[in-house]
Amino acid sequence: MDIFADQLLVFVMLINFVVLGSSRMTMAIRAVAVQGVVLGLLPGIIHHFSWHLVAITVGIILAKGVIIPWLLFRAMDRIQIKREVEPFIGYVSTLIIGAVTTALAFVFAAKLPLAPEHQGLLFVPASIATMMTGFLTLTTRRKAISQVIGYLILENGIFIFGLLLTTAMPVMVEAGALLDLLVGIFVMGIVINHISNEFSSIDTSRLTALKE
Amino acid sequence: MTDILIHALLVILMPPLLLGVIGKTKAAFAGRVGPSYFQHYYDLAKLIRKGTVISDTTTWIFTAGPVITLAATLVAALLLPLGNHAAPIAFAGDMVLFAYLFALGRFFTTLAALDTGSSFEGMGAAREATFACLAEPALFFALITLSRMSGTLSLSPMMTNLSVSLWFSSGAALLLLIGGLFIVLLAENCRIPFDDPTTHLELTMVHEVMVLDHSGPAFAYILYGAAMKLFVMGAFFINIALPLKSGNAMLDWGIFILLMLGLAVAIGVVESIMARLRLVRIPQMLVAACILSGFSMLLILR
Repeated sequence: MDIFADQLLVFVMLINFVVLGSSRMTMAIRAVAVQGVVLGLLPGIIHHFSWHLVAITVGIILAKGVIIPWLLFRAMDRIQIKREVEPFIGYVSTLIIGAVTTALAFVFAAKLPLAPEHQGLLFVPASIATMMTGFLTLTTRRKAISQVIGYLILENGIFIFGLLLTTAMPVMVEAGALLDLLVGIFVMGIVINHISNEFSSIDTSRLTALKE
Repeated sequence: MTDILIHALLVILMPPLLLGVIGKTKAAFAGRVGPSYFQHYYDLAKLIRKGTVISDTTTWIFTAGPVITLAATLVAALLLPLGNHAAPIAFAGDMVLFAYLFALGRFFTTLAALDTGSSFEGMGAAREATFACLAEPALFFALITLSRMSGTLSLSPMMTNLSVSLWFSSGAALLLLIGGLFIVLLAENCRIPFDDPTTHLELTMVHEVMVLDHSGPAFAYILYGAAMKLFVMGAFFINIALPLKSGNAMLDWGIFILLMLGLAVAIGVVESIMARLRLVRIPQMLVAACILSGFSMLLILR
């Protein structure tokens, strides 16, 4: 089963590149939704069957694959933004930086003192690479909604790491994290809406300038 | 001996048929009958019989370009194993020669284009060189990955080492690899979505614009060389993507021919359902191809 999990993690890392390389919001939001669904399937593959596992899987897929993308699409509709116009760093350059950080994630993961049963697996490099992708998206994009997408990818990377740490996650912890995420996205949707009402643009680089 | 003979015959005779199959597939998608499967053979025969017009401003490079390109592609075709059979020529390190024979052909095509002094052809040459720079790392990452998998530096053992069981053990890496290679295959052979081989609008095309001044037999060499390049790169792709083996030598040749025709149909389908990419998007796709095959190398080296 571990080989299948590795395949899914490779897919997750490919989705990172899709997000880094696409200028259309719809594409990025869909990619993050697919990534969420794939991550939702992962616990079911690596752990043994139990009802609480089913609950977690369904919860994750619902939250990350359906509700959060729906919230983001709604926010996107309201503020009438279709695409990221001018990122701080161009798409090809971000793609290459993303590739370099992914390669470094592999190098770094090979140096970490991991438990022997985790040594050959892709979990740690995939998690670091996904977190780095999240950071990259957060820092290089101007639009607040792309930054929310970056935040989501960052959370996905942390989630992959969490898969390793606990053999069976307590339901309450996982549910709490999901709830936090949902509320966070919900609040960000409202904030984005307010920014666009107030400044008639959601370009966050303008928020640093003071004006009457 | 028979294998070498079949290899040579396939390399010489099959390439224009692939173009015919691509044309028929596109015609079927458009609801037309389309030109015959053998149309490209007729075209070549017609061009060979025609006269040549050579501009006064050109030098020997202009006439040598098509011949060198065709010869380089032919030698590359002899280095690559087809199906499950070893190539006629094989030595350690021939994978580098294989990659750079294509570069040599491309160098002389662009040089011949620049030799005409036409601004259009210079523009096409610049584009071709740019895209080639981006496609080459993808090809080399793929070659390094394959060489690491098989532990050799020669194409023949590298390709015959691939098997269906390898797909089960390192499927993710191979999947990324063929994804990257398919992009390179389409880009290098000037197919849609990277370049439109049928367009004759100078401002939008890449490869066709470089050969505008060639006519007669020289143009026939160019067309034939392009078809052969598609055949060779397609065979390289097929060897990796579908390493099917039956054990029987003759049956293996049959499987190989069927797979090549299948690949031509697949390319035809891609060309029918996709629009041509904007020129600025092409480098982005090629960088994506590099990342895909670089990523697969990373998975194998790990």
